[in-house]
Amino acid sequence: MSLTELTIADAASGLRARKFSAVELVRAHTDAIAALNPRLNAYITTTADEALKAAQQADDVLAKGEARALTGIPLGIKDLFCTNGVRTTAASNILKNFVPPYESTVTANLLRDGAVFVGKTNLDEFAMGSANITSAFGPVENPWKRNGDDAALVPGGSSGGSAAAVAAGLAMGATGTDTGGSIRQPAAYCGIVGLKPTYGRCSRFGTIAYASSLDQAGPMARSVRDCAIMLQSMAGFDERDSTSVNCDVPDYSAAIGRSLKGLKVGIPAEYRAEGLSAEIAAAWQQGIEWLKAAGCEIVDVSLPHTKYGLATYYIVAPAECSSNLARYDGLRFGERVPGDTLDAMYEATRRAGFGPEVRRRIMMGTYVLSAGYYDAYYLKAQKVRTLIRRDFTEAFGKVDVLLTPTAPTPAFAQGEQSDDPVQMYLNDIFTVPASMAGMPAMSVPVGLGATGLPLGLQLIGRPFDEETLLATGNALESAAGFTHRPAIRAEAAK
Amino acid sequence: MSLDPATVRRIARLARIGIDESDVPALQGELNGILGWVEQLNEVDVEGVTPMVGTGHAALRTRPDVVTDGNCRDAVLSNAPDGVGPFYTVPKVVE
Repeated sequence: MSLTELTIADAASGLRARKFSAVELVRAHTDAIAALNPRLNAYITTTADEALKAAQQADDVLAKGEARALTGIPLGIKDLFCTNGVRTTAASNILKNFVPPYESTVTANLLRDGAVFVGKTNLDEFAMGSANITSAFGPVENPWKRNGDDAALVPGGSSGGSAAAVAAGLAMGATGTDTGGSIRQPAAYCGIVGLKPTYGRCSRFGTIAYASSLDQAGPMARSVRDCAIMLQSMAGFDERDSTSVNCDVPDYSAAIGRSLKGLKVGIPAEYRAEGLSAEIAAAWQQGIEWLKAAGCEIVDVSLPHTKYGLATYYIVAPAECSSNLARYDGLRFGERVPGDTLDAMYEATRRAGFGPEVRRRIMMGTYVLSAGYYDAYYLKAQKVRTLIRRDFTEAFGKVDVLLTPTAPTPAFAQGEQSDDPVQMYLNDIFTVPASMAGMPAMSVPVGLGATGLPLGLQLIGRPFDEETLLATGNALESAAGFTHRPAIRAEAAK
Repeated sequence: MSLDPATVRRIARLARIGIDESDVPALQGELNGILGWVEQLNEVDVEGVTPMVGTGHAALRTRPDVVTDGNCRDAVLSNAPDGVGPFYTVPKVVE
């Protein structure tokens, strides 16, 4: 099998058995990036030379028999994680020349475990978007194609570059961040697995902030086991993040293959929403049957405030964004546009530095936090957020995990959705509620729809019970036997 | 609640985002579209509900009040858009 088609688990065994070297494995990926990235635009910055050097070191470590979990494994890093000495842009013009002098905790953890970074993946600007079309470095193309149609599809967002890179074989796995669905929705659109851990499971230190009460880093890979391997490295307590939770990191891989006999799987009635495509409804039903066959008990549950999740999100997230992005003032780092006065400099800098969606969200957030409107919007949204979380807490009194669709439709074409921001926001209707509640959730590809595009199902778990997500996700993955690969990928390009 | 052009200009000013007069109608339409859509939250009865400010999994921690980092002036200044020696520069603020 081609090196760009292997799972992380198989590559790690292959490296240990000296079937191939880390240099060969990494070079297969950097070559694939050189061949396909001009089209897919999955990476903003590539680091082939540094990666090959790191691969040589990995081979030395392997020769000494001292390999760690990810030694020699080529990964893509969402360009929202600060990487020491490697440009980190957040896909924004305001950071187009920003070179962090420090490493984020999540990427430091992956480096500690031997991972080799092949580049920084594209995303929606500051992670604000659902189609990877707001990047200042251009849109990402989904490597999947509709049957008989070459139209460029979106990879989802905001971690669209990570999803496209993993699907196309330009990385074995990638980091993502998820604020309202930014790992799960692109994973579903690109036919890969994406896991958003419990809020507080992975450190936010060194991850460029969008909405701090929601942002959470997680793994994106081609199998559930690979996500478990990556999460094992990424997760853990960090003193430098005040919302990092100090609880033990279990052995995630051990959860895979665990018996699901008697596991109670909740099916929330409210996710049978208007706009849910027939093919995704059918995939959901199929998922229910598979889990029944695996010994699960299926239980109907209700999450009555589901429909308010998105509206709540579009108050809370812009409010936090307007506060977080106040730091981009053109003074200490980032691009500066001169002005005659300090305010003129701020205004010129922020107009030139931010794209339209980011400007819109900052302005929304500024408005909902402004004097006279705070109670009507922000405080109200925080109260509804309490009700959304309560729905989940009550459901988890009856069931162990929830099964829902990840997104209402498969990937759509670039430019196909209207220019109405609210229409674009609706892509996250099924992913946002778990984010608002801080629950862990994962998307698993389970089949292809009528037009040949991948469909994903979402599992939502109790706080810090990523293990049940992995066990259940693996059962879905095994039953689905999803081995489909996209039209545009490293192996096919040879 | 509907934003008028003056409010759009005021929000932009508060957010320190420069806008042209020609940007106002489009921004007004988009922001009103979003605000109109979030009005649905008015249906929800939140009487007596405590606002959620975080997910509540992490308890706030304290630590000894000691220096844990520092002596990295050059790293701190390494991304300054403009500077003189070990200082940032800013436009004159005395007007």
